[in-house]
Amino acid sequence: MSVVSISSVNKVFGKAPNQTIALQDINLAIEPGEFISLIGPSGCGKSTLLRIIGDLISPSNGVVLVNGKPAPQARENREYGIVFQAPVLFDWRTVEKNVQLPLEIMGQTPSERAARANEMLELVELTGFQKHYPYQLSGGMQQRVSIARALSFNPPLLLMDEPFGALDEITRERLNAELLAIWARTQTTIVFVTHSIPEAVFLSTRVVVMSARPGRITEIIPIDLPQPRDMATRELPRFYALVTQVREALRGGESAKG
Amino acid sequence: MTDSSLPGALVADAEHDVMDVLGADVAVPQPNRFSDGVKIVLRFVAVFALAMLVWELVKFIGGTPWRYTTAEGALFDFTWFPPFEFKIANDLNMPHLWDIFGALIQPAQRNGPPLVNVLAQAAVVTMAAALVGFIIGTAVGLLLGTIFAHSPLLERSLVPYVVASQTIPILAIAPMVVVWLKAGWWSVALLAAYLCFFPVTINTLRGLRSPDPRALELMKSYAATTWATLWKVRYPSALPYIFTALKIAATTSVVGAIIGELPSGIREGLGGAILNFNQYYAIVPQKLWATIIFTAIVGILFFISITLVERVMTRNMRKLES
Repeated sequence: MSVVSISSVNKVFGKAPNQTIALQDINLAIEPGEFISLIGPSGCGKSTLLRIIGDLISPSNGVVLVNGKPAPQARENREYGIVFQAPVLFDWRTVEKNVQLPLEIMGQTPSERAARANEMLELVELTGFQKHYPYQLSGGMQQRVSIARALSFNPPLLLMDEPFGALDEITRERLNAELLAIWARTQTTIVFVTHSIPEAVFLSTRVVVMSARPGRITEIIPIDLPQPRDMATRELPRFYALVTQVREALRGGESAKG
Repeated sequence: MTDSSLPGALVADAEHDVMDVLGADVAVPQPNRFSDGVKIVLRFVAVFALAMLVWELVKFIGGTPWRYTTAEGALFDFTWFPPFEFKIANDLNMPHLWDIFGALIQPAQRNGPPLVNVLAQAAVVTMAAALVGFIIGTAVGLLLGTIFAHSPLLERSLVPYVVASQTIPILAIAPMVVVWLKAGWWSVALLAAYLCFFPVTINTLRGLRSPDPRALELMKSYAATTWATLWKVRYPSALPYIFTALKIAATTSVVGAIIGELPSGIREGLGGAILNFNQYYAIVPQKLWATIIFTAIVGILFFISITLVERVMTRNMRKLES
């Protein structure tokens, strides 16, 4: 069973005659354990698609199933975690309390929560920062806390909306590698929105290329780079070939648009 | 658990040198609370002293002639005729500071306790009513703000009335409240509450709507209840807004209580004292001035208390700004 199954999804914003077709006829099936990147120019609806999968907005029509259930029900069952471009940490909570927030809402006991938060902070290599406040951390560290929080309740699906978009290149590449390690350890299915071609190629098992106005899927490119991937992966000729392939797919989408 | 110091040993252990990239940014500021407090007090005293100096300077330039002659006590003999004559600076409009402070230690009535005792007791009476009014007004404001934040329909239909309530002069409302609740302490508290609830309502509403939309999306993704979102995200985000309103409410509650005392026939509070000394202003202006000082002190005390509570409750939020 697919983790995410999207059939004939359309999303229209606004009312006629000022309508914007954000997504048009989207069909996509994401299998367990996959790492899917959605890539495309700005305005192609990749974030909109991610929000539709997470039931943060509803599609205008079409069907979205998450683990075989309608998206709203999957959300009620807490079947996905989400990470935004900004860490969206709560300033008044310590790092560990931020990670514990979803667990609090789900009614776990304080000791369960603390144990789980420590485990998660270890996963994102932030052990020792439990009692720090977000303002004491760098942007990269804050984003790790955000990832730890999204994974704290062990969701089978992780939605990430340009999570490293605001970070510098060095931090970004480091977190890319760490994210792959986390992905391998947790066996979580990841849907990852990005506008960076190398990032998409490095991380993904499949790259979904989208075009803008209307937002459509133009091509799905399987990434056959060997696992596990590390810094050396970025030097492989195959890596460059795939980067070129994605770039050309993006350009194709552009020219098709006219 | 390592609190404030960075776990140096971990740096060596970590496979990836986590700290390399991040270490530079991790500065833990050490705010020196004590010296901050002292600075605030010193600043206040300095400004107050300056204001007193200006007051007497104005009188020196354009006030009533200063006559301190041997007839009064023979300590010194001093007479000064100011070069100008400002009506505002004469002894009736601006009594000498020593006359005001002198009035405080002299009996308010013949053979009675000194004025300072009378005013202190009056301040306690007024403060109690203002405090109760402040609490009621804050509670009503928080409740209304919370309801409005969750119901745009109620917000649109009721906020105009909330605004209208504040355009009606409290002097017009006071007699109604007094008739309704009978003249007494509770009518005073209610009038104080009437002035308080407005800023709290408006700012609570604004504050509850202030969280980052993504924070609310995050709560939605956790399938959090409205209640959980309110307590864990909306109220904490609204705290700075609410405290701003509480500071306004703290001072207006004192004003409300004083005005409320007049039609309520309460003579024991600062309102009664103001009314009383108003009648003797032409003869002993310093007594009214002394009462004004006490009123100001009550308001300042209220304000400072709120500020202190705010400092404790928003410790970790303030750090963000620095």
